[in-house]
Amino acid sequence: MDLENQKRVKELAEKHGTENLFVLIGGADPEASGLAVETVMAGDPAFAGPLTGVQLGLPAYHIVEPEIKAEIDPSVYEENIGMMEMVLDIDSIIEEVSTIRKDCS
Amino acid sequence: MLDGKKVIILGDRDGIPSGAIENCLLGKELEVIFSVTECFV
Repeated sequence: MDLENQKRVKELAEKHGTENLFVLIGGADPEASGLAVETVMAGDPAFAGPLTGVQLGLPAYHIVEPEIKAEIDPSVYEENIGMMEMVLDIDSIIEEVSTIRKDCS
Repeated sequence: MLDGKKVIILGDRDGIPSGAIENCLLGKELEVIFSVTECFV
């Protein structure tokens, strides 16, 4: 996860508190998606950015996960996400992100 | 799950850009407080 974005997420968590924050990601592959989720939940696994050692514990989901998709109007989802859903390895992304989330919570 | 939340969107230029995710959230009872599209190239 981009170091500048780690800094922004950390600042937002300090400003708003972590209780009502929710992170939605749109990562292109399972690895990048899993790393983003791990970073905002348990800290930067690469030990490189401002979230190193910072366990924010933020709930984080990929936009294609069924729990999130179910909350979006199907026609709006299709219009905005449908095309990329056909291109990306959705099943692997969902599996990786949900596994990381379980491990970090 | 999203109702009443302050949402951080981390889009991906090669995956789902933040704008597309934002569009999906329009009209919902939540507040987008940060939205960015990352680029790893």
